[in-house]
Amino acid sequence: MRVVVVGAGPAGLAAARAAARQGASTVLVDAEPSAGGQYHRGENVVVPQGVEHLANTTVWAVEGTRLHLRTGPADAPDRVARVLDCDALVLATGAHDRALPFPGWDLPGVVTAGAAQAMAKAHGVAVGRRVVVAGTGPFLLPVADALRKLGVDVVEVLEAGSPLAWAREPAGVFAGRGKLAEIARYRAVLPRYHTRSTVVAAHGENRVTAVTVAKLDRDWRVRPGTERRIEVDAVCTGFGFTPRLELAVAAGCLVDKGFVRVDDRQTTSVPNVYAAGEITGIGGADLARVEGEIAGTCAAGGTPSASLLKTAHRGRVFAAALDRVSSVRPGWRTWPDERTLVCRCEEVDLAALRTAVEEHAALGLRSLKLTCRVGLGLCQGRVCLRNAAELAGIPHDADRVSRRPIAAPLRLGELADTPLTPALEE
Amino acid sequence: MKVTVDGTAVLARPGQTVAAALLAAGRTAWRDTRGAGRPRGLFCGIGVCFDCLVVVNGVPDVRACQRVLADGDDVRTQHGAELPR
Repeated sequence: MRVVVVGAGPAGLAAARAAARQGASTVLVDAEPSAGGQYHRGENVVVPQGVEHLANTTVWAVEGTRLHLRTGPADAPDRVARVLDCDALVLATGAHDRALPFPGWDLPGVVTAGAAQAMAKAHGVAVGRRVVVAGTGPFLLPVADALRKLGVDVVEVLEAGSPLAWAREPAGVFAGRGKLAEIARYRAVLPRYHTRSTVVAAHGENRVTAVTVAKLDRDWRVRPGTERRIEVDAVCTGFGFTPRLELAVAAGCLVDKGFVRVDDRQTTSVPNVYAAGEITGIGGADLARVEGEIAGTCAAGGTPSASLLKTAHRGRVFAAALDRVSSVRPGWRTWPDERTLVCRCEEVDLAALRTAVEEHAALGLRSLKLTCRVGLGLCQGRVCLRNAAELAGIPHDADRVSRRPIAAPLRLGELADTPLTPALEE
Repeated sequence: MKVTVDGTAVLARPGQTVAAALLAAGRTAWRDTRGAGRPRGLFCGIGVCFDCLVVVNGVPDVRACQRVLADGDDVRTQHGAELPR
């Protein structure tokens, strides 16, 4: 039997290893030139034995258990097409940073925390010399520390929430005690760590030159009179993560509360389709690896050990607590002003969004998109649609925000030149 | 490895992405938006946001954070929506 794993981060690598160990013919598909995902970026990750690794390969469509691939340099017009059928599919497509809009967030030099980390880990390149890191969640600390190690002056690390919320999560603290102890690794940046604070504006003409930071109340509204201006040449921002659900949604998997619903065998609602890692809930690399091993084992027809299932359960207790402690609070909606872009691609500002809602009665996600073009640009709403729906007060579910039948950009020439079935030799 | 950025020779390391080479060379912006002509550069860094688009060897809409440079690549700023040559 053939198992195909999509995504070569910690979850996908573990899934591929487990599936190959069960004796399945295993293919690991990943868009990056080398395996490892964001977590292992820049490291020399060895692909498990017996696994066929398709690097530089984008899965741009899923039809049941048939995948449409393109292999070659990113966005090049002459990539090689391939159609791949499988008996079981493991989706481990991960997540990307959630960015929240504030005045000036579209200035060059304002980047996501993940961008700063990718540049630092893979290329040893710093996104600036004097940097503020702002957002929520424990991920801010390793990013700040990676910058510090490159000699960057990390002026402040601003956490919008309050880690004191962990006091209400004794079970989560116990389940995640190992993860929480890792914070000690980042002690060099801890003196610059401030809670209930964030960047509320970035200033500059053609790039960021300064930011305004402020204290926040419990709901993340700015506490008036607490604003301070800091000179910087870069800002790194990350307010948790958005799972990359396109392929799961295209495969028909049920999405629940923003994540792919799986049982304790990592089985989705679709037969022979499994999911592991951040698309099933944000829990970090350790949990992703365990889920991947369970998914790969089950996809290849094996049975995961009781201790593995127990470890996964413990990881999920921690992930659920992390989700509550690091949740984005509604006060962020007061940060953007009328001229702040909500949709960076189509350059739709908050005033245009409000006009669409108030004067044109765009009361659903689809009518909002068609009325003011929010979310219709090159990123297909990946960055803005969640934010736009919340700003407009429109209920949205993650599967509707992530419905992209063409899951990755494809040039028209490539689309015209698409084989519909696997090559004969397969 | 030698590549060209907007007509100027820039040294790049094998395995380096376009965005890494541009940042290392001191650039922060390499695209103008289609509407307001505003400068853009790196944003998400992992291929999701499409803000960092450049023209590589005459082909527009290439994500600078995803594209690994090849020796001799000709990279230039993308102005708005461009058509392939």
